[in-house]
This record gives sequence, structure tokens and C-alpha cells, in this order.
Amino acid sequence: MKYLTEYRDADLVHGLINKIKEITTQHWTLMEICGGQTHSIIKNGLDQLLPDQIELVHGPGCPVCVTPLELIDKALAIASKPDVIFTSYGDMLRVPGSQADLFSVRARGGDIRVVYSPLDAVKLAQENPDKEVVFFAIGFETTAPANVMSVLQADQLGLDNFSILVSHVRVPQAIEAILSSPHNRVQGFLAAGHVCAVMGYWEYIPLAKKYNIPMTITGFEPLDIAQGILTTVESLEAGTCEVKNAYIRAVSKKGNQSAQAVINKVFEECDRKWRGIGLIPGSGWRLRPLYTKYDAEKRFQVETIQAEESPLCISGLVLQGQKKPDQCEAFGTLCTPENPLGATMVSDEGACAAYYRYRTQTPDSREKGL
Amino acid sequence: MTNKTPSVESPICPLPRRHSDKIVQGHGSGGKMMADLIKDVFYPPLANPALLAGDDAGVVEISDGVRLAISTDAHVVSPLFFPGGDIGKLSVCGTVNDVAMVGARPLYLSASFILEEGLDISILEKVVTSMKEAADEAEVQIICGDTKVVAHGEADGLYISTTGIGLLEPGRSIGGSQAKPGDQVIVSGSLGDHGIAVLEARGDLGFETNLESDIAPLNHLIRAMLSVSDKVHVLRDPTRGGAASALNEIAKQSQVGIILDEGSIPVKPAVAAACEMLGFDPLYIANEGKLIAVVGSEDAPRILEKMRQTRYGEDAVVIGQVEESPPGRLLLKTRLGSTRIVDLLAGEMLPRIC
Repeated sequence: MKYLTEYRDADLVHGLINKIKEITTQHWTLMEICGGQTHSIIKNGLDQLLPDQIELVHGPGCPVCVTPLELIDKALAIASKPDVIFTSYGDMLRVPGSQADLFSVRARGGDIRVVYSPLDAVKLAQENPDKEVVFFAIGFETTAPANVMSVLQADQLGLDNFSILVSHVRVPQAIEAILSSPHNRVQGFLAAGHVCAVMGYWEYIPLAKKYNIPMTITGFEPLDIAQGILTTVESLEAGTCEVKNAYIRAVSKKGNQSAQAVINKVFEECDRKWRGIGLIPGSGWRLRPLYTKYDAEKRFQVETIQAEESPLCISGLVLQGQKKPDQCEAFGTLCTPENPLGATMVSDEGACAAYYRYRTQTPDSREKGL
Repeated sequence: MTNKTPSVESPICPLPRRHSDKIVQGHGSGGKMMADLIKDVFYPPLANPALLAGDDAGVVEISDGVRLAISTDAHVVSPLFFPGGDIGKLSVCGTVNDVAMVGARPLYLSASFILEEGLDISILEKVVTSMKEAADEAEVQIICGDTKVVAHGEADGLYISTTGIGLLEPGRSIGGSQAKPGDQVIVSGSLGDHGIAVLEARGDLGFETNLESDIAPLNHLIRAMLSVSDKVHVLRDPTRGGAASALNEIAKQSQVGIILDEGSIPVKPAVAAACEMLGFDPLYIANEGKLIAVVGSEDAPRILEKMRQTRYGEDAVVIGQVEESPPGRLLLKTRLGSTRIVDLLAGEMLPRIC
């Protein structure tokens, strides 16, 4: 826990908040990209401490939230097969597909296991040669290195009973989709520290120039986030649009180049649908042709499955920063963590779930939708 | 903001997401799904005043002034043996504690065993010896039992269900609905030790913590507390669902607000570190040898002092207080001075992706 408590020091955080208050002269709208940052902001009540002029909107950086409905349906179809051990990060189990979720498939006898790393899934494949082991490879650039390593390891071991169901997405393309939208209100970005630890931040520099917008690479602890906000507001007040790094203990401009190399070896760029947002060109990764034998979609022939979203859920607008979770008609009434309409309510990192769990609202005010 | 209520008739969500048709793991998690299951499936046909009180043990008056507390608990834990305890010790302490949490003196236990074909008898002997040791420490006797054997693959080695009976002193009234504005909230020691120790023993952590489960019989600690004060209003052992779930229940039963002070909640560094890695919150992790007490503020110092002199209460500390509002809500004052809701979990606590 050493090196964590220091970044939660209340006096230091309040010092930065006071600086933000001192330099802020007008209303600014900032977006934190990553769901981990949203979670930390709401869990620590950081937004309650900020001056009213600083508005935080929550970005699309929760990998669970943006995994498209049809991919969940594909996961359910594969996990229902009798000879399959379906492995996943824990919080994907509750994400609703069109008919069910992985929990209900497990209740009907599906062999679904939570793993903490895709390499655990490779181990399962080794231990169960008579079963097909599938890993649900979702995530941003952060989970990509481990996910591609699982493929490389399976390849090295000559395993023919291991495959991954890929739904990888990328941050810079999402930022560009938000910035190019005619409804965009975001004036500054807190870029996702963990993503940049892998990828560096060189990709963000042309984006900041093109859209004339400041971006700050930001960490996840209260002090990191306060520093990220301060740096971004400083740029906004000065009228500059640079990319600055407020997470230097983890992030360099070039990033982790050996991680980038293995990602490039196994994955190639593709168009990807985002749940609630739609198709963003070039925003995804898929397996390169050399590794398609590890592609679960092809192995189990589920490529044709398609699905539509619930019309009531506004998670797309929440993910694009156009609406706040509590501006949704269904928030806290029809849509709750036990009965989520959309993925932003499902994942612990989803903005709606963070609002539901941590916001100081009495049940009364919630029922009235205040 | 709109005040319009969405129409329930319109197509909302195409999914039977409440899992009201089939049991899933979340129904046993101590969170909202379990509360709903109890409310919807168990209460309507079985309702009676003792059951509906919703405490850890049911209290009944069997003749003038003689009141019994009865509680039952089924134990399924994997692995059967873990640092700090095993399923046998758990099955005795769990029920002893549930009986003691209404202020009763636990006296006798029954024990039912569901054994899987193929289980080593030496394992069973070890578990029963452990039960005997725990019963001796708690000063209770196991006076009857039952044994069933199921086919290989139909159980996970060994399940134990215990029932306990205890005697309540006249005039004693301790229960979830007794919390009053102004009361102090005390916890008897660090939170989350049991849950993380079991996760580690299961091999789910991927790193070592050297943590031990906190399993312990708490009836002697409670007796010590009651010997110095008659203002112990609520006692609860924060097992599944952790302190957050226990305190949410109390806030709802008493229709009070409970405000915790984040900085004063005791969590061992190893538990805090494991929770950081997995994206868990120690407030939701299970404990098996800790209690939460809601006590009149004027007696709090005296109760604390007594607890700290008693085994299993050495690290007792005040972690919050009871207020009038918001009724039914648990809040947390963060280290930064902001306030947030601590809600019940929906179902299982799930490790986060990153």
C-alpha cells in the first residue's frame, strides 16, 4: 500500500483543489476518459470539492460498458455449448445480452469461470485437453498485452483447444469520435493513465492540435486526478492546447514499446461497434490472419449473430458525455444494478453504477428523479 | 431534470434480468438479490413476528418471562481448511454468534452433515475435532445431529448445517430496529480478514498475504459488553456481504441514517492491498469473528474499554454514528471530507477487469 496512501493525502488534495478554485475564471467542461477515473472521482467525492464552474463528464472508457450487445450474445452462445469452458473477467458475467447474461447461462449448467488473467485460461486449456477453453478478450489498450500473450502462449504450447472472443477497443479513436460530433461539449480531456502506460501519448498530440483541445495524461488516485484537472484548467485558462503528462511515474511519451510490439504482432486494426455509441472506424483490434485459428467467433461459427439495444437506455449519450447518469428517466427506478438496462449500470466502472452506489441522494429524491 | 416516470408497460429491457426464475450465485451473496429472495419467496408463506423481525436469531417467549433465541446456519466453504480455521470451527462459531447477536446466551447446538461419497473419514474426524474445540471455547454443547451421504459429485466434500439455541435474560432487547439517532457505531476489530484469507486459500489471489481468518465465538465478548452497559441497542456479525450490508440492514430496520468515518475504519494492510488489486471494497468482505455494535453514546467509552480488555475485542473502535436522516441509508464521510452512499451490493462482488 506504500506509494498509494501518499496519493490519497487529504491536505495535498485540498491544496490542489484550492489552486483550481484560484485560477478558474469561467465554466469548463472536462471529460475523464477512463471508467477507473470515474469510479475514483465518485468514490472519493472529488467532484463535490471542485468549484461549480468545473464540470466533469464521464467518458466511454469502461471496457465492459462499450462491449456491443451482439458480442455478449455471441459469448452466451459459445458459453452454452456443452464442451466449452468459458472464461472471463468477473464483471462481464452480469452484462445483459438480448436474452440472458452469463450468470443465467451458468445457472443452466454452462461451465463459466472467472479468471484474473487470460494466462489462467491458457492453463485451463492445458489441464482440460478434452474441452474447448474460450477467453472473453475485451478491453482497451491496457488488457491487450496480456490478451495477446495468451494467444502467443497457446501457440507456443501447440494448444488447439484454446481461443479468444475478441472485442478490443482503442481510446484515441473514441476521443476523435467525441470531438468530431456536432454535439460535443468537452473542452478538455483527462486521458487514461493506464492506457498511456502501454501506448504512450504520442497519438494524442496530433488530436489535441487538430481539435484545439488540451489533454492531460492522468492517474487514478485522488491526488492524480486533482493534478490532472488543475493542469487541464491551467491550459484552458491560458488558451493552450498541449498534451501534458501528469502521471509521469507510470507514463512516457513512447509508452511500453515491447508491449506495443506483441500487440502489433497478434492484432490488427479494425472497425468496431461500441455499445450505445455505434460504429467507430478503426477503433478496434482483431486477430491477424496468422492467428485466426484462435478466433472463437470463427471456431464456433457465431459471426452472424446480431442484436439491438433497449430503446430506453441512454448509456450511449452518457458514454459520449452528453448526459449525466441521473438525467436518465430510468436511472435508479427501472434501471438499477440488480436490473441494469445498459452496461453503464452493470460494471463497477460504469458511470451509472458509480452514480448509483456513491451519490448522496435520499431514496425520495431518487424516486422523484431530482 | 424531468419528473416523468417511465412507463412500466413499454418495452424496457428484453431480459429477465432480475433472475426471478432461476437461482444464481448472487442469491446467496448477502446483497439485494438475497434480500429480495427472502422477501418474495420465504416471508409470504412463512410469516410470523419472530421471523419478520429480521434479526440473526429468532426470539420467542415460551413461558412467562422465559425467552429463547434460535438460529440456524448452513456452511459451504471451499476449501474445507484455510488459514485460521476450517468448516467445523466455522459451523460452530457462525451459529453461536448469530444466537449471541440478539443478546442471548448460547447453550446447545445441533449439527447436520451432508457428506459426499468418497470423502476421507480422516478429514471428517479433523473437522469434528475442530467443532469440539470451538464448542468448548464458546461453552456450548452439540447435543444432536444428523448424517446424510450423497453420491460422488453431488456435493463438494462436506456441508454442515448447525442450529443453536440460547436463553435471553428478562428485559433484554437487542435487535436491528433498536438503533437511535445519536448512537455510536463500534466495530470489534479489522474488517475483511476472513474473506480475503479464504480467497487466498482458494488460490484466487495469485499472491500471498499471510492473512488468517478471524473466525471466533463472540459470545463471551458480548457478555462482557452487556455486563457494563444496558445501552447496547444493536449487535450484528458482518458475515457475507460484510459491514456495508450489515449496516445497511440496520439503517433500514431502524429507519435511521448511519454515517461512517472512512479514516477510522480498521482494515489490515494486507486486506487493503488485496482489495486494491482485485477492485474489491473491504466494507463488503466477509468477517467471521467480528461484531458491529450500535450503542448509546453515553456508554460508548465504557463499552469500548471493556471490549478492549476482552479477547476478540482488543482492537475495538468507533467507526461512525447514527443520525436521523437520511432514513434507511448508510453514508461514508471520505478522507477528503466528501460524502457518499454505501449501498447494498446487487449480487456477487465481481473482480474488476482493470
